[in-house]
Amino acid sequence: MAKRATREALGETLIELAEEHENLVALDADLAKSTTTTKFASAFPDRFFDVGVAEQNMTCVAAGLATTGKVCYTGSFAVFASGRAFDQVRNTIAYANLDVKLCPTHAGVTVGADGGSHQSVEDIALMRAVPNMKVVVPADYYEARAAIRAAFSIPGPVYIRLGREPVTAIFDEFYEFNFGKAVKIREGSDVSILATGIMVGAALSAAEMLAADNISAEVVDVHTLKPLDGSAILESAAKTGAVVTAEEHSIIGGLGSAVAELLSEKQPTRLARIGIGDEFGTSGAASELLEKYGLTAGDIVRAVRKLI
Amino acid sequence: MKTDGLIAAAESVESIKRKARRIRWDIVKMVGTAGSGHPGGSLSAADILASLFFHQLNHRPNDPGWRERDRFVLSKGHAAPVLYAALAESGYFSREELWDLRKLDSRCQGHPDMRRLPGVEMSTGSLGQGLSVAAGMALGLRLDKLPSRVYVLIGDGESQEGLIWEASMFAAQQQLDNLVAILDYNNLQIDGRVSDIVDIAPASMKWSAFGWHVIEIDGHEVPQIIEAFRQAGTTKGKPTMLIARTLKGKGVSFMENQVDFHGKAPSAEEMERALAEIEASGPF
Ligand SMILES: Cc1ncc(C[n+]2csc(CCOP(=O)(O)OP(=O)(O)O)c2C)c(N)n1
Ligand SMILES: [Mg+2]
Repeated sequence: MAKRATREALGETLIELAEEHENLVALDADLAKSTTTTKFASAFPDRFFDVGVAEQNMTCVAAGLATTGKVCYTGSFAVFASGRAFDQVRNTIAYANLDVKLCPTHAGVTVGADGGSHQSVEDIALMRAVPNMKVVVPADYYEARAAIRAAFSIPGPVYIRLGREPVTAIFDEFYEFNFGKAVKIREGSDVSILATGIMVGAALSAAEMLAADNISAEVVDVHTLKPLDGSAILESAAKTGAVVTAEEHSIIGGLGSAVAELLSEKQPTRLARIGIGDEFGTSGAASELLEKYGLTAGDIVRAVRKLI
Repeated sequence: MKTDGLIAAAESVESIKRKARRIRWDIVKMVGTAGSGHPGGSLSAADILASLFFHQLNHRPNDPGWRERDRFVLSKGHAAPVLYAALAESGYFSREELWDLRKLDSRCQGHPDMRRLPGVEMSTGSLGQGLSVAAGMALGLRLDKLPSRVYVLIGDGESQEGLIWEASMFAAQQQLDNLVAILDYNNLQIDGRVSDIVDIAPASMKWSAFGWHVIEIDGHEVPQIIEAFRQAGTTKGKPTMLIARTLKGKGVSFMENQVDFHGKAPSAEEMERALAEIEASGPF
């Protein structure tokens, strides 16, 4: 199956949604081509606003539009949408609980050659800590489509973290996305691999490799990081007794942290976290960076072997 | 007849001035009762808010969600007392609630919270964000072809925030002639004089260079304020900036132009003196 990036879902899905909902508008900050909101801009020029290189303004203008009954989708890169405009997200959008759906792209190290300044390794941590904010990290193009669609009817702010690099499809066009509900995509009994975003694909490959060694790995796609599907995670952890988390994000404040918080309070379980250490990214090809930061199927396999 | 019109206008100016006195009295009482808050920047804007709420705004206090209403955003959210007083006096909620300012879970939060208090159009407090929000509102209202207008009050210290200038360029680019910003130009911020810290002068040239229709007024002269609102209403293709020269702490002699009364409540004795001064300044 052809690989597609999760960001490719943005412009296309917004067009479909806008055909259904007259009150949908979108904004970007001079990155419409990269985020693909430019497709929406061509289809609905009157409902698209490019604010120029001004992410803080984009965020607050979206807030103002939302007070007039619009459902606003915003673009830009994850590093800027969550970092440059953090106070605007925190104090204006989230504090007032407004219908702004942040859908930044180019999250994580797979941004590639642009390097550490452009690779958001901490955006999930930032967004997860903000009251009223919901956080979704789609695993493939189809899940991204479904999440962008679902966000329209989820009240208040939502952060949907999209990526630049094409990834292999896990789902298909018939996939039914349930916000807040983790998806068990492979049954297993020896270990639970809880993955989010592009690491779901790696987790599936790791499960295949482990199966060859007679290790039965369960793979759960935790697409919604907030609110976290605690019951699904606790159930899987209770069954297998060992958990490995995998995310293209710092191990501080992301999925691994969220799962550690849950397990240590409710049901202490052996745990290993796959993620980026406490460091910035660097330039390189996406595949090289995934190797460098230990984000491959092989890394997951090694973590599982060590853990069980 | 022309003379009737003039008499009517004079009456309306007089009634706005009474409202402004009432608002000032309420500000002092609120902040004094709470024992903390921001009297200086609230008093500074009392005549502007009185002119807005009791002359200019097309609003329905008994129907705060009315779609066609004009919007007012208090970007300098620390001046919450002036907004709460204007809202209560308009009838959005009872004046009694003003004395709950800053108390636990009060609807009159330290800074305005649109999710708690009717009439508050945007939650503010982190400076620099309200102009962008107001521009977004103006865009949304224009998309819906509504006649509503959006008013936003910003501070001069607040104008040191970069986001104000992002919003300024954006509003001009979008030709938001349904947007009116008012600059409360009292030349004081927390750490001293705006002109000594990081000056925003020449404000008028800056805003016109950024593509705005600029009107300079005395922010305590009601006839000038309402005339400026009228002119803003006839301006096409540009947003309007009213540069309002003001005196921080206006109306309470010992607070006027005093940097310390930015964020300090009057003592009980000071409160009584201030209230008496406002009462002596004219009828409510
Ligand atoms: C982003 C941000 N930084 C700092 C503050 C703290 N603060 C509150 S009021 C103020 C000074 C504001 O001065 P000005 O805009 O001139 O207000 P005014 O004189 O009208 O009271 C500051 C720095 C804040 N509320 N928000
Ligand atoms: Mg000032």
